[in-house]
Amino acid sequence: MGDRERRHTRPLGAVFVPHAEVLSAGDLSRALTRMAHEIVERNHGISDVVLIGLQTGGAPIAEALCDRLEQIEGSAPPLGLLDVAFYRDDIGLRPVLPEAVTDIPVDLTGKIVVIVDDVLFTGRTVRAALNALGDFGRARSVQLAVVVDRGHRELPVRPDFVGKNLPTAREEAVDVSLDGVRLGRLVGR
Amino acid sequence: MSDLVAKPEVLGQHLLSISDLEHDALVEHLEVAEAFCEVERRSVRKVPTLKGKVVASLFFEESTRTRLSFETAAKRLSADVLSLAVASSSVKKGESLRDTVETIEAMGIDAVVIRHSSAGAPHQVARWVDRARVLNAGDGWHAHPTQALIDLFTVRQALAAQEGRPSEGTGTELLAGRKVLIIGDIRHSRVARSQIDAYVLAGAEVSICAPGTLLPAGPADWPVTVVDDLDVALSQADVVSVLRMQEERGSGSFVPSLGEFTATYGMTERRAALLKPGALITHPGPMVRGVEISSTVADDERCLVRRQVTNGVPVRMAALFLSLSTPEEAVDG
Repeated sequence: MGDRERRHTRPLGAVFVPHAEVLSAGDLSRALTRMAHEIVERNHGISDVVLIGLQTGGAPIAEALCDRLEQIEGSAPPLGLLDVAFYRDDIGLRPVLPEAVTDIPVDLTGKIVVIVDDVLFTGRTVRAALNALGDFGRARSVQLAVVVDRGHRELPVRPDFVGKNLPTAREEAVDVSLDGVRLGRLVGR
Repeated sequence: MSDLVAKPEVLGQHLLSISDLEHDALVEHLEVAEAFCEVERRSVRKVPTLKGKVVASLFFEESTRTRLSFETAAKRLSADVLSLAVASSSVKKGESLRDTVETIEAMGIDAVVIRHSSAGAPHQVARWVDRARVLNAGDGWHAHPTQALIDLFTVRQALAAQEGRPSEGTGTELLAGRKVLIIGDIRHSRVARSQIDAYVLAGAEVSICAPGTLLPAGPADWPVTVVDDLDVALSQADVVSVLRMQEERGSGSFVPSLGEFTATYGMTERRAALLKPGALITHPGPMVRGVEISSTVADDERCLVRRQVTNGVPVRMAALFLSLSTPEEAVDG
């Protein structure tokens, strides 16, 4: 959930209180490097690969993966950013707001699309992203890269590239940034 | 994130007039409209956001662009649109507004877009409906909130472009402190009333200039400055909003002649030349070329009227989305 949505969601004005560090900045950097190598290996290079970061958590992760792919292969794949708010299935059930503008610079027809997000949880964001990407062309294949797979899937979605499998309780919250991964709770004021 | 203060009244609300909006809600409309502008640039210009919702458009007064852009906006969001042609409906048989609205509500409609010649009609409808959200598409002289949102959104985009930065995420910072001058038939203009509320909410300084007969009654109560010297005001303005002479409301009989109005208050080429570099001109349309604005000025690149029309759809998509995407109980929860 992005900042703008959180403003309108109970508990209002909640803050993230961490209780464990799962990955340090160094751990996360090494995990991203490994994931970049896995993307290259799986696709025999990156010639048709397009990275799509999901707004907003997936955006910095996608940029970091893009940099590593450039270091490994010598050229950076196209990088797009997608906000899935308009495709969510919980519109009307909770406050849903777009967090940032979608920017997909290339036609996705025939491409290998790697969806990049910070946390894989219920799978509903990925479902929304798959529907959204359909409006930008028919990809040859779609793969999923996430920093943290925290379980609790509600849809048949599985990641292709994972930074860390992290068993969590449903009410816990996971905070991912390039400074590392922390497990904690959202606490209302 | 601790500085995020909740404004639950942004989502799932009626949109009746700008004066009901908090600053937060204004910003949310502008930012969400930005996201819908991106949808407008795609090859498939449709998102499934409001699939299964039904939007009824009730226009008791004629309109081209407002009706078209509201209905286009609803369709781009995958809502079903029912448009009530008042001329061929039971309204002609003497059905009251209340009965028309109750018929609509009984059919399970989610949103009513209403234009009415009587000020306050959308507010009255909002009191009658139970679950439907009401969006005001213009009521009498009172308010035309989506038009004001379009004007602010278009001006914000143009100002951002002048500074070579994206307008997304700028809130109202580009509008704050700007000098906005509204010229023309302010007395009969619902657009002017909504613009004033919106620009003031965004932190701009608003002044108005019109013949005495076309000034509102009691402008001293408004948060505006009334200026007498149009030429001086023009040379200081960042944004000039030119209003239409509303012949259907008898504007013409408030001035000696339309020719004299044009000479003294029209946006002529001579007056456009007084504007400082970078100043912008808006007009809510439809323009009456040669009366309130000269044809050359209307086609000038400083005049944003065409972009205002283009932005009508994404701004109204944002209004429909913010009103319909969250039921009130989920916010009040």
